[in-house]
Amino acid sequence: MPFRRARSLLLMALLALAGAGPLVPRAARAQANPAPPRESVFDIVYLGLAQRPVAPASALGQPATDDGLAGARVALADDNTTGRFIGQGFALDAAIAPDEGGVLAALRDRLGKGARAFVTDLPPALLLKAADLPEARGATLIDATTSDDMLRAEGCRANVLHVLPSRAMRADALMQYLVVKNWRRVMLLAGSTPEDRAAAEAFRRAAKKFQIRIVADKTWTFNPAEQRADTGHFEVNTEVANITQGVDYDILIAADEEDNFADQLGYRATLARPVAGAAGLMPVAWSPVYDETGATQLQNRFFRSAHRVMTERDYGAWMAVRAFGEAVIRTSSTDPAIIGAYLRGPKFELAAFKGERLSFRPWDGQLRQPVLLVDPVSLVSISPQPGFLHQFFETDTLGVDQPESACHMH
Amino acid sequence: MPYALTRGAAALVVVLLASVPARADHLYLSNEKDNTITVVDATSLAIVKTVAVGARPRGLLLSKDHKSLYICTSDADHIEELDLATLTVTRTLQSGPDPETFALSPDGKTLYVSNEDDNEVSVVDIAAGRIVDEIPTGVEPEGMAVSPDGKTIVNTSETTSMAHFIDAASHKMVASVLVGSRPRYAEFNKDGSLVWVSSEVGGTVSIIDTSQHKVVHTVNFAIPGVPSETIQAVGIALSEDGKWGFVALGPANRIAVVDAHSFAVEKYLLVGQRVWHMDFSFDGKTLYSANGVSNDMSVIDVAAMKVTKSVPVGHLPWGVVYGP
Repeated sequence: MPFRRARSLLLMALLALAGAGPLVPRAARAQANPAPPRESVFDIVYLGLAQRPVAPASALGQPATDDGLAGARVALADDNTTGRFIGQGFALDAAIAPDEGGVLAALRDRLGKGARAFVTDLPPALLLKAADLPEARGATLIDATTSDDMLRAEGCRANVLHVLPSRAMRADALMQYLVVKNWRRVMLLAGSTPEDRAAAEAFRRAAKKFQIRIVADKTWTFNPAEQRADTGHFEVNTEVANITQGVDYDILIAADEEDNFADQLGYRATLARPVAGAAGLMPVAWSPVYDETGATQLQNRFFRSAHRVMTERDYGAWMAVRAFGEAVIRTSSTDPAIIGAYLRGPKFELAAFKGERLSFRPWDGQLRQPVLLVDPVSLVSISPQPGFLHQFFETDTLGVDQPESACHMH
Repeated sequence: MPYALTRGAAALVVVLLASVPARADHLYLSNEKDNTITVVDATSLAIVKTVAVGARPRGLLLSKDHKSLYICTSDADHIEELDLATLTVTRTLQSGPDPETFALSPDGKTLYVSNEDDNEVSVVDIAAGRIVDEIPTGVEPEGMAVSPDGKTIVNTSETTSMAHFIDAASHKMVASVLVGSRPRYAEFNKDGSLVWVSSEVGGTVSIIDTSQHKVVHTVNFAIPGVPSETIQAVGIALSEDGKWGFVALGPANRIAVVDAHSFAVEKYLLVGQRVWHMDFSFDGKTLYSANGVSNDMSVIDVAAMKVTKSVPVGHLPWGVVYGP
């Protein structure tokens, strides 16, 4: 992902250089300024499936090996800074396994040792297997990395919460912006993986909801492996020109969850039209370009800790660990039942640099939140757009509202 | 007297006022986007001068002798001192990284500065212009206040969501009080028995008893037709007579008028967009607010509780101070 302004880049580089220096004296001074003795430590387990390395379409954007976990570590430090004033410690146990069996074994092991707070970095099917373990009944699993609508609908679970926006929320965020711009004719181009199809379906549903017309709905089938070959750009250019020929539209939306082709659409289509969705104007929860409502502080803190920019997965894990921290600190309890109920209740509020308090929707366990619309170098807008109103929370104009929810938790 | 930001002893200011030459008072607004201070004549409300200062000016304080204005120039990582007679920046003081808000000790000799990016409060000796101590605090320190007797410093930390009470002599933390999410601003009442702390994301004001270090009341706000998540408490100004608290509600574009005894919300005053901070005129009859998004200053008649004027200033006005 490209960086922010050059100035920020320089600042971050300087911070990184300065990062190691002041830590020692500060820690020494913290001891001189004694904190209450720790009475208890609250254990949070980061349960992850090791990432398959994916070759990105561009030489930029190589995923980091600690993508996600690095955000959890920053949140742990935040929780502990607060906790030290009230004698409450927090510990993070990273349980990352290479396969499904390993993940479930790690979960059973931690549950057996008494852990009940889990931050999960798992694909949807595995998350369901984890949540459905009989031993996991009294635990809380905060899903830090998926956007899957099924997990918030018929696949919802009473012991699972979701912090990243669902595909439905992202699609609604984008469509609201198209309404404001009066760009009402969309060409939809979807990849062929199941995730791409789910994303495309979310865009179709959102288009209908906001009366945006999908004037062409096509599937991208070109082999992505050829793009980085010498002269591969000729073939990509021809392919994009072909697939966009003969259609007039205002904006091209790509449903491409693995970044196979979306980044290759801009400037190559037949008509001079912008791209959105998986490239161009993207609906996201976090981006290194975002620095409003205090986000600069988190971006800087993360950079000092991880020596790289903060991704959406890092942000999801940060929110999940902060949510547990907030629940423990506010309830003065480490009882899993009290923590679980507080997280889902009306008093819970997460300050996550979005300019308003975030809370979980009780009907499907989804964190309600504004969705950023960014391009690779700047924040373009934030949805909900002004004028999209809701009886209770304007952020509930994004995604599946209670009356339409297919989630029936037991 | 700039109640909201200087917290000086009233009696001293009366003495000092007598020594101020007979000239019109002025308002000083920090424009965080323009990197300027707008100087407005308090009588005519005309802009007298726009002074270029360091990057991203935010917190403002009047010096105890009323001769200078201290400016947190956040992105310049220092404090600038503006001489009010010549309206020029005469020197810079150390502040630690990213100074946003600060408080002045009642003797006028020390500034306590929150370093948002560094989880510290810097203690700055004004005469020497340098940091004499750094106090570790919570995550993202923000609001700063000093008790009227100068013995207690209060710092709020945004991600930790606490008000930290620090002993001004030893610089040791005495107590930490959990408040609503993202506490932004702290203000002692005149006798120092209570501290008002605003929570931006929580949308509340916590009233903390300073002897027990306990929240004794939480002020909630509700405005018909305004979504609750846009009600975000930021700046606080307490009237000298101890009757009223004015709370700026950020993107709700209103200032809440709170009865300082019952803590009931009496009224909401519609001001400019994204109202940040406020200050009273020396006589306490007029309140001024810096409105960040509409780039203006609202003028409020305190007795009538009415907004009487709005004055265009620079871009993203953040702080406002009434001074000579």
